Amino acid sequence: MYIIIVGGGRVGYYLTKALLDEKHEVVLVEKDETICNAINDELGSVSIRGDGSEVSILSDIGTNRADMFIAVTGDDEDNLIACQLAKHHFKVRRTIARLLNPKHAHLFEKLGVDVPVISTEAILEIIEAEVPTHTLTHLRNIEDRKLEIIEIRIPPKATAIGKAVKELKIPPAAVLALIIRKGIKPFCPSDETIIQADDSVIAATPVEAENNLRMSLGVSDPKDA
Amino acid sequence: MGCGRAGARLAGMLDADGHQVTILDTDSYAFRRLSPEFHGTALVGNGLDEDILRRAGIEGADIFVAMTQGDNRNIMASQIAKHIFNIPRTVCRIYDPLRQEIFNTLGIETFSPTTIFTDILKQHIEGKR
Repeated sequence: MYIIIVGGGRVGYYLTKALLDEKHEVVLVEKDETICNAINDELGSVSIRGDGSEVSILSDIGTNRADMFIAVTGDDEDNLIACQLAKHHFKVRRTIARLLNPKHAHLFEKLGVDVPVISTEAILEIIEAEVPTHTLTHLRNIEDRKLEIIEIRIPPKATAIGKAVKELKIPPAAVLALIIRKGIKPFCPSDETIIQADDSVIAATPVEAENNLRMSLGVSDPKDA
Repeated sequence: MGCGRAGARLAGMLDADGHQVTILDTDSYAFRRLSPEFHGTALVGNGLDEDILRRAGIEGADIFVAMTQGDNRNIMASQIAKHIFNIPRTVCRIYDPLRQEIFNTLGIETFSPTTIFTDILKQHIEGKR
């Protein structure tokens, strides 16, 4: 694949390196000459100096034949505009933009960014998973269905322990998909499954039912845990 | 959005004509450029932040004008005004002539001071020859 990356910061640099290792054809566009030269010294002539939202540069590097266009500078507006040019002017099939303000995600999608990647949210998700007292982890949002897949870890004092799934007041719109229990193969819970301490419950739920689902499993607010 | 020389001047002129004007800038020092007769509102904040735009009263606005130094910032802010707040008219300054043409076709009113100024200058030079 021919992949264009805009922004030679840490994200752009490691991404370029990873994609080169996978034998893709990669061009990295970076404004700063020093950064540009440093990357070229290390990775071979992969980086071109220029502004990723300038049409002439994008023409020079053959953006019209790119399979993928990825903008990962530190500025939301630069990433958006670069992707819009790639999408609407050069007809690139797939555009990906990093964004820092999660509120902009919807706008990005509407305006020609196929995949907005919210770095702050991604970091938050990793931290959530790593903090042991955190009982709830967001695994994935399914944006167009307004659903999310979450993992709830049952702490030792949860009220659901020792109860069968059918005795819990699981919100009707939510589904318990999987239970991961120490020492045995993960399994799909039935109505009769008894919840145990330290179970990990993977569930799909509408965003607005998340809180009720957590309560039904007797897991208190993550903040008090 | 943007209280540079042009922004401050435009705000003053529109205010003098009796329009209700709110001007935004990320730096309160920029408001020194407003004329003492300016009766509108000057608000510190980033025009890419929807909460700031709401505080500036964007929801009742008839027109949104983006004229900061950053082309991309102007384009993004105009698109927020148009697509999120449904402002009837958004006008956007874009220095880069090529970018200006492209975004004009994408539905925001754009002006390139570069094109306008060089055209005038060229006419002036050739006229005087």
